[in-house]
Amino acid sequence: MRATAAQSQESGRALVGGAGSRLDRYLRSGEPYIWATAAAISLAFLITAGLLLLLVSRGLPHFWPAELVQAVYAVPGQAPQPLLVEIRDHEAVTTRRLQDAGLPVAATQPSYERLLVKTGNRELGGVDFRYLLADWLQQRSLPADASVFERLEWGNFHGYVLALKRDGQVVASGEQAWVEYQALQQRIDALRAQRRALEKGAIASVNGQLERLRLAMRHLELEGRTAQDSPGAFAPLMQRREQQQAQYQSLRAQLAALDAEMARETLLVRAVSGQQRELPLATLLRGYRPNGMSFTGKLRFLGAKLVEFVSTEPRESNTEGGIFPAIFGTVLMVILMSVIVTPFGILAALYLHEYARQGALTRTIRIAVNNLAGVPSIVFGMFGLGFFVYFVGGQLDQWFYREGLPSPTFGTPGILWASLTLALLTLPVVIVATEEGLSRIPGSLREASMALGATQAETLLKIVLPIASPAMMTGLILAVARAAGEVAPLMLVGVIKLAPTLPIDGSFPFLHLERKFMHLGFHIYDVGFQSPNVEAARPLVYATSLLLVAVILSLNLAAIAVRSRLRERFRMLDH
Amino acid sequence: MNTDPNPAAPISTQLATAAEVPADEIALEVERLNLHYGDTQALRNISMRIPRQRVTAFIGPSGCGKTTLLRAFNRLNDLIDGCRTEGEIRLYGKNIYDRDVDPALLRRRIGMVFQKPNPFPKSIYENVVYGLRLSGVRKRRELDEIVEWALKSAALLDEVKDRLDDSALGLSGGQQQRLIIARAIAIQPDVILLDEPCSSLDPISTLKVEELIQELKSRYTIAIVTHNMQQAARVSDFTAFMYGGELAEFDRTGRIFTKPSMKRTEDYITGRYG
Repeated sequence: MRATAAQSQESGRALVGGAGSRLDRYLRSGEPYIWATAAAISLAFLITAGLLLLLVSRGLPHFWPAELVQAVYAVPGQAPQPLLVEIRDHEAVTTRRLQDAGLPVAATQPSYERLLVKTGNRELGGVDFRYLLADWLQQRSLPADASVFERLEWGNFHGYVLALKRDGQVVASGEQAWVEYQALQQRIDALRAQRRALEKGAIASVNGQLERLRLAMRHLELEGRTAQDSPGAFAPLMQRREQQQAQYQSLRAQLAALDAEMARETLLVRAVSGQQRELPLATLLRGYRPNGMSFTGKLRFLGAKLVEFVSTEPRESNTEGGIFPAIFGTVLMVILMSVIVTPFGILAALYLHEYARQGALTRTIRIAVNNLAGVPSIVFGMFGLGFFVYFVGGQLDQWFYREGLPSPTFGTPGILWASLTLALLTLPVVIVATEEGLSRIPGSLREASMALGATQAETLLKIVLPIASPAMMTGLILAVARAAGEVAPLMLVGVIKLAPTLPIDGSFPFLHLERKFMHLGFHIYDVGFQSPNVEAARPLVYATSLLLVAVILSLNLAAIAVRSRLRERFRMLDH
Repeated sequence: MNTDPNPAAPISTQLATAAEVPADEIALEVERLNLHYGDTQALRNISMRIPRQRVTAFIGPSGCGKTTLLRAFNRLNDLIDGCRTEGEIRLYGKNIYDRDVDPALLRRRIGMVFQKPNPFPKSIYENVVYGLRLSGVRKRRELDEIVEWALKSAALLDEVKDRLDDSALGLSGGQQQRLIIARAIAIQPDVILLDEPCSSLDPISTLKVEELIQELKSRYTIAIVTHNMQQAARVSDFTAFMYGGELAEFDRTGRIFTKPSMKRTEDYITGRYG
């Protein structure tokens, strides 16, 4: 009896503490692994947040109205130079490096603050941006009437308004000229919109008609007919061509009238160096005085610039203006890609998982599909160029668009081929995700359906596909994420630096699958590395990157919203 | 419950043993049935006659082939790769393994209830009409009527009539199993196969399902696989004891449970084996 009491006391003590050293016990408790997992997720979160923060902090200031600093730049031993600049960036540079660059800096000072300033007035100074040493930039002031003018060409102009001229006559001067200019700018904007609508609408449509008539005549010629031996076929075409040409002439006249109307006023301005320029109002997009703006005014300006950024076309080899065509192209291409890859991938997965006999062959196919996901995307680009563009597109041109040759219609990179190439690239993702979803459906549900007299096809349609639909959406989400960020293959199969027209417009057949398009990813590369104006482009790279992330995010969120609705409807049995 | 089945039933009183079921009272007739999964033989030379509008229970140790035999009746084994069936099963005289038999049509005449309730992730209503829609019933009124009748027959109507459009997955296990029964009888089959229908249910739900089986037997031929001796004794008219893929003994339930002719059957029933 006593022995058993001692024994139970012994086994009670065994519960306390446990065997091994403290480190041993610590490791066994699992605490370090919890810390490791927490650290990993925090790091991932920090990196993502840091990325977004970097993009925002580098991209947004570009749209903020920077103050115009008037100063005198006095390089020792040289004549002082008056400047009117925006200060964009500053950094510390060692004296040694400045000396190496040949600047007369004092060796006693270890480092200097160097400023990156935007000078504007490219036609006067030849550059937009300069590096200045802060110590030499003296007599700084912020004159309230210093103005910035955004222009269609030559970048911004920094200066002071002298007078407003109409038809060569001065109608206002000094402050009065500024006030009147502000009102006139709105009228110019309205006229410019009118001009643009005319160009993109009526004139583009007439041009399209003329091109179609030309092709129709070319078609007749290819059939071996000429205007001499079959006037009955040609005459109506010729007649319509003449009508269109007459209409074109009248439209040109309207355009010219608009141009003349816009060209009436000019603004006489003075740069800080004293030189005077006459700026035609037709070339001005916006004039503002950043030094006099209130904070809310600056916020409103920022908003207007951001709207402009996402809604207008690029100017000045992509370093100014907006990136709307790139957003449009990216989204449209991803949508086309989804429309192609979803049914294709789902059908392939269905066959592989539901119908094909599971054996060596299906295993091989499955491995091949998985490996396809690892093929570098540029290889898909090569395939797309060789197969889709040159072979398929070339054949299509031969069969259906002969009258357009030798200039190709589909036998050249375009949005259809880009979408097809990316569909091929993302096919494995959709197949794998769909198969995954199919294999998660319990066999009992299939059996229940079959036991009620459903055929395999009916079971697939009524039970399997609806329940697997969230998994298919997962596949699509992954595919969209991959496709929207892909650039390399697109350079080969349809993306260009600057597309004159959008792939969708008001002229028949509205969706122009053969057109080339702009893409945010490629735009980043182009602006960042191919731009003639590096300093102007740099913030745009960040802003465009931010927008690309936002576009991918919103495409994904849309797909995720659809998926969660499907999940709600087909919630699985929880066993 | 009374262990002596069918005290006043008109046909079975004449039957001394199952082997004597007259031809016009046979629903399913199995003849020399052999079934292989790849290299292993799951059913060995089984011959038996399952009488119409009676409950026939299949008992036996795990892996003896009860469920396989049940699934042979509606050709559900066909779905398994590498499964071969030899011999004949005749439903009212027609061999269901004949080449001209469409398994989908066969399964509309032989309904099945599974071990675990497996409702579709759809509404209660849609679960019940699933089979009807497959056989082409479109009219809403007709569907409504059958749903009401099927749920009533499955003793579920009172519990769910206000939420027919709710998901079937929200029902309790017992309710789900009765819904599966309603789903099976909605297409009005001749035979209902029950594969351990109560194994995942609590005692009260089990009781309800057992009562339901008693109700249904006046209209349907029922075959039930069970591990529960008491259940077999309570609900069935005939009992088949299977062992090692063979039909060891098949007789009226009363006789199997009181005077089994084989030692092994007695050992199993009394719990000395199995």
